[in-house]
Amino acid sequence: MELRNITLRFGGVVAIKDISFDIRDGEIRAIIGPNGAGKSSMLNVISGFYIPTEGEVYFKKIKRGPMKPYEVARLGIARTFQNIALFDGMSVLDNIMTGRLTMMKSGLLSQAFWYGAAAREEFAHREKVERIIDFLEIQNIRKTPVGRLPYGLKKRVELARALAAEPKLLLLDEPMAGMNVEEKEDMSRFILDLNDEFSTTICLIEHDMGVVMDLSDRVVVMDYGRKIGDGTPDEVRNNQDVIDAYLGVAHD
Amino acid sequence: MADAIPAAAEPQSIPGLLARNVQRYGGLPAYREKEFGIWQSWSWSQANQEIRAIALGLLSVGVERGDSVAIIGRNRPRHYWAMIATQMCGAIPVPLYQDAVADEMAYVLEHCGARFVVCGDQEQVDKVIEIGDRVRDIKHIAYTDKRGMRKYDHAKMNSLADLQAEGRAGHHRYEAELDARIGELNYDTTCVMLYTSGTTGKPKGVVLSNRNIIETAKNSSSFDKLNALDEVVAYLPMAWVGDFIFSVGQAMWTGFTVNCPESAATMMTDLREIGPTYFFAPPRVFEGQLTNVMIRMEDAGRVKKWLFHHFMSAARKVGPRILDGKPVGVLDRLHYAIGNLLVYGPLKNTLGFSRIRVGYTAGEAIGPEIFEFYRSLGINLKQLYGQTEASVFITQQPDGQVRNDTVGVPSPGVEVRIADNGEVYYRSPGTFVEYFKNPESTASTKDPEGWVATGDAGYFEPETGHLRIIDRAKDVGKMADGRLFAPKYVENKLKFYPSILEAVVFGNGRERCIAFINIDLNAVGNWAERNNIAYASYQELAGHPRVYEMVADHVAEVNRSIAADEILSGCQVHRFLILHKELDADDGEMTRTRKVRRNVIEQKYADLIKALYGDTQSIYTETEVTYEDGRKGKITATLRIADAEVAPEQRRAA
Repeated sequence: MELRNITLRFGGVVAIKDISFDIRDGEIRAIIGPNGAGKSSMLNVISGFYIPTEGEVYFKKIKRGPMKPYEVARLGIARTFQNIALFDGMSVLDNIMTGRLTMMKSGLLSQAFWYGAAAREEFAHREKVERIIDFLEIQNIRKTPVGRLPYGLKKRVELARALAAEPKLLLLDEPMAGMNVEEKEDMSRFILDLNDEFSTTICLIEHDMGVVMDLSDRVVVMDYGRKIGDGTPDEVRNNQDVIDAYLGVAHD
Repeated sequence: MADAIPAAAEPQSIPGLLARNVQRYGGLPAYREKEFGIWQSWSWSQANQEIRAIALGLLSVGVERGDSVAIIGRNRPRHYWAMIATQMCGAIPVPLYQDAVADEMAYVLEHCGARFVVCGDQEQVDKVIEIGDRVRDIKHIAYTDKRGMRKYDHAKMNSLADLQAEGRAGHHRYEAELDARIGELNYDTTCVMLYTSGTTGKPKGVVLSNRNIIETAKNSSSFDKLNALDEVVAYLPMAWVGDFIFSVGQAMWTGFTVNCPESAATMMTDLREIGPTYFFAPPRVFEGQLTNVMIRMEDAGRVKKWLFHHFMSAARKVGPRILDGKPVGVLDRLHYAIGNLLVYGPLKNTLGFSRIRVGYTAGEAIGPEIFEFYRSLGINLKQLYGQTEASVFITQQPDGQVRNDTVGVPSPGVEVRIADNGEVYYRSPGTFVEYFKNPESTASTKDPEGWVATGDAGYFEPETGHLRIIDRAKDVGKMADGRLFAPKYVENKLKFYPSILEAVVFGNGRERCIAFINIDLNAVGNWAERNNIAYASYQELAGHPRVYEMVADHVAEVNRSIAADEILSGCQVHRFLILHKELDADDGEMTRTRKVRRNVIEQKYADLIKALYGDTQSIYTETEVTYEDGRKGKITATLRIADAEVAPEQRRAA
């Protein structure tokens, strides 16, 4: 994935200003920056939800035009949200099954009678979903309605749903916000494992510096809609602009 | 069933029993495990093939006779197979507590000289690698769950499935060697080595021979008439002797099915799906289930509530008598039958206890109400008394003679005597061979005639011949005025309240007793919700004045009942506080089997004890805590100290 000279304006507000960077196959790419730096907007550009005012997005070397959400999903891009977006009344299992919606082929009628191809299809999908449930260790809440779950687990269910779409590129918007230390550790392990196991490319936004530096292969740093740093965690950590943005500059 | 084969031909080892079971029960299920939401099962023949493949794989990586093979993981068929495969190779399986931190593991691995390790998952592999500089003997690691393992250096490691594949591929080379080694096994070969959790000092490796395990399994199976159609759920730590006896010893002897839950968290659902016929659980599991039932009944509608309470009181009256086969009136029987239809049956079904023929609890004292609750539902819950060194069984309760305050009569083949100081001694075919590399401890525990000291004080009831245990012999002390101090006795009384999870009582050599209390977050949290008490954290809830009020009531009630006891009336709790954190094995405050480590707590919270014996009303304290991954942190709190109502003693009057 490559982004070239992206600029995004909302009326007079410039959310992203002339940013270019790429996401390589199989890497964990982090986007960091202070509040309001334009990180989530960037993620929305990548996911195709926002259409950049200027600049071009290339996915698998092909230039990408404006797209409908389901087209994005079919391309192999899945995401989780900063504010959890699950169906509260549905069970965990059903929520995750919705992640496979784009892959269901049988017609409305045969699904309604749940017979023949529709049933076979559901078994196959269920098996995939069960593997994800096993992977994320949420077997015990399989049948629990999502609304009854604590925050940390909801985040995990949301990740499970994104995984159910078998994405090539997974976008995670603050996957660890509001979690305690142990939940963060679990989540980090899941992210590393799924990158390792399924070679999923991951692009994540995160505020916890320790997590970002440990997890990611390369980091983009944004501030006021501009890119102020790009490189491996070590490079970024020693970049003066980044230090200034994060720690503030002394008034001389 | 045992008499189908003449005694001389009886197999002398677990692999021998496996071969027998393949012949006898070939197609019956031997193991089940829930995975990907479905119960997968293996028949005895299939299990045998899997186990042999592991054994061949172990030979291919160079397992020698007498090597120690450590097994670290949750209850999964593959881990049981790895233990039996190890025995086939003439090596010794050493199951470890999987939730032990790396440091604790290092000691055991070093002590047993483990050369091979079977790990459940990445977490366990990481721990073994982390302690690599201390434990240098390890030649090879096999892991069950492949997740996250791709990028590891595989020079000295591979997955158990790959190891099996290697074994299968090399079966021409190793088959003869394997059969030769299985042939060498006899009654005196070491069957397993289990490390005791160590309430005091370093863990000790208890060596149990095939004789110990098989004789014990044989005796205890016939005691409860277990058979090949029974079902157990294996969920207790594999490193614990009980699990080894139930899930390996008795399972191999009788040929029943061992069911492994999907994960620790799904245990209750899986239990319900399997509906075991033979079940063991420590009291806290039964307590937890009862607490859950009560919580849910509080939220139920009025009709349901009335039905529940009405029929439960009927059950309490006649349930245990019906279970024991004692005479009960026709009307009462009818009443109970209706109750069974409306309440007990569905309730047992929800709990997963519909099919239970024999249930055991042990390890700690069980609250009388809890015990009675299950008995009155018609669940044949019994108590047993045992320890690792005895291959579990010392005494157990025969059907029809079950009471909550005794632990039963000596198990078949076990002799029990009480020493002059009240300590309980036993001698049995299950008595351990020795402590590994520790002849001094062996000699001090087991005398030349084979009598083993349990470390518990107790006595036989003259009328019934049942054994009663009072306390740990070493914990029993004296108050400053010479009266008896038995902390466990008081703690157990406190713990019988659902809102109190743990209690630690101090007072040896002192004028008065004091107590630390741990609240049960589940029960108290629910109570708080019902009473509109808001709280943000465990710490805040624990320090809430209304929680203190409630606990003070419980303490006062316990004091009243203690005051009525002639011998122990000195043990009334005068002051107490509610701890700001749960006592935790990770912090060394409890053993892995959740027994309180009194000395550790006494040292760690010395400041709190001092304050309890002073007259301050609150104290500021800092406590070090250890996270799951072994890192340390600190929590601080200001704790309130409360005075408890003390009942007038009847000792002098009596």
